[in-house]
Amino acid sequence: MNLTLRIWRQPDPQNKGRMITYRVTDVSPDMSFLEMLDMLNERLTLEGEEPVAFDHDCREGICGMCGLMINGVAHGPERATTTCQLHMRQFKDGDTIDVEPWRARAFPVVKDLVVDRSAFDRIIQAGGYVSAPTGSAPDAHAVPVPKADADAAFEAATCIGCGACVAACPNGSAMLFTAAKVTHLGLLPQGQPERRDRVLDMVAAQDEAGFGGCTNAGECTPACPKGIPLEVIGRLNRDHLKATTRPTR
Amino acid sequence: MHWTNRRSTPSVTGMVLLATRSTVGKKTVMAVTGIVLVLFLVAHMVGNLKVFVGAESFDHYAHWLRTIGTPVLPDSWYLWIQRLVLTACVIAHIWAATVLAVRARRARPVRYAHRRPIQGSYAARTMRWGGVIVLLFVVYHILDLTTGHLNPVGDRQHPYGNVVADFAPERWYVTLFYVLAVVTLGFHLRHGLFSALRTLGQRTTAGERRARAASLGFAVALCAGFLSVPLAVTLGLVS
Repeated sequence: MNLTLRIWRQPDPQNKGRMITYRVTDVSPDMSFLEMLDMLNERLTLEGEEPVAFDHDCREGICGMCGLMINGVAHGPERATTTCQLHMRQFKDGDTIDVEPWRARAFPVVKDLVVDRSAFDRIIQAGGYVSAPTGSAPDAHAVPVPKADADAAFEAATCIGCGACVAACPNGSAMLFTAAKVTHLGLLPQGQPERRDRVLDMVAAQDEAGFGGCTNAGECTPACPKGIPLEVIGRLNRDHLKATTRPTR
Repeated sequence: MHWTNRRSTPSVTGMVLLATRSTVGKKTVMAVTGIVLVLFLVAHMVGNLKVFVGAESFDHYAHWLRTIGTPVLPDSWYLWIQRLVLTACVIAHIWAATVLAVRARRARPVRYAHRRPIQGSYAARTMRWGGVIVLLFVVYHILDLTTGHLNPVGDRQHPYGNVVADFAPERWYVTLFYVLAVVTLGFHLRHGLFSALRTLGQRTTAGERRARAASLGFAVALCAGFLSVPLAVTLGLVS
């Protein structure tokens, strides 16, 4: 298949970027989106042009590195799929595809389609952990966890931190990400001692990073490659409400 | 390592600051003030339906509103307390909405070249401008049927006559404006109620379905109640 790509090119954070049009020919429908970009980059390299910079690592949909805004949709048209797992069979011969980086003040563009997502790391550093004593490992089932809680915690824990929720959010909010972490840890007994501080600190770090506020528009869940449910935001809100309205023991 | 909460028990002002400082706290302010305003709307809508009982009943109801709380409170005091509370809620609601809207704008300084409109719902997409339209309508509505300045009769002793004159068939454009404003309010409530429930901690999938259905049903019922009065007058069912 032959395609027209309009790709955001930006040499560095200081310079302004713009959309540049490229034509790619003989694209196999079985290629992944990133393989199609690899093909374009090989050609650009041979022609002595600067290849398009984009983030990628495992290409198995589990690392959270890749992430492109494809025709205005985070990770492209297929639901619950990362960009690396998106195949060109989702497109038609002759299509024009717009490829842009995640757009958020908290995710500044490093180059072309690569953005700096260390704002997510700062949110995690603020409270996305449990304090555990070192020493010998505890018995696997020493702390019982109800099955329903374990399932819900695991579902939230599948978040790979790719940033698609922020990219898709009309407010540029990171709530789905932060709420997934707060839910994941807050549902488990190991997460209880720091539960109150966690929600306050992580929300503060999120606000500090310059993300927008959540308005429950619901754009994030459909964009999420892991399908993190919207209700995790309700869990964060409940923890936040408790932490701000009830005095500590 | 901190096994216990680092924060000590905050003072009352400390708690208010803590609750309103963050984006989540501002949403809580929106949710709580929004619910107070919705409770008022329910009472207002039910009171409006008195128009179908008759002129005397409606005028008596309007008069009775001024006597709530007497003799503990002087005449009209309750009404003014309610007005103050509602105004405070409106201001807090708009304050939180404005702060969050400005923040959202700043959160995405470079726009997408290719962007789909918000998929969730028309209601979610139009919350901000819908809110502005509702505010402008409320200003007009108070000048029309509370103070009477924009009303063709403006007799504050006989509100039934004001209503009938306001929505008379030849003033169909006023009715049309009211219909549009109430429908806008309905959309605002449809997303607003769901959003308020979520902000106040609704957190299950089944609950989300119920909350969405309840918000839609509530918005439709409230719209129907509010629209029944101007439409009945314009169609000549109430005169």
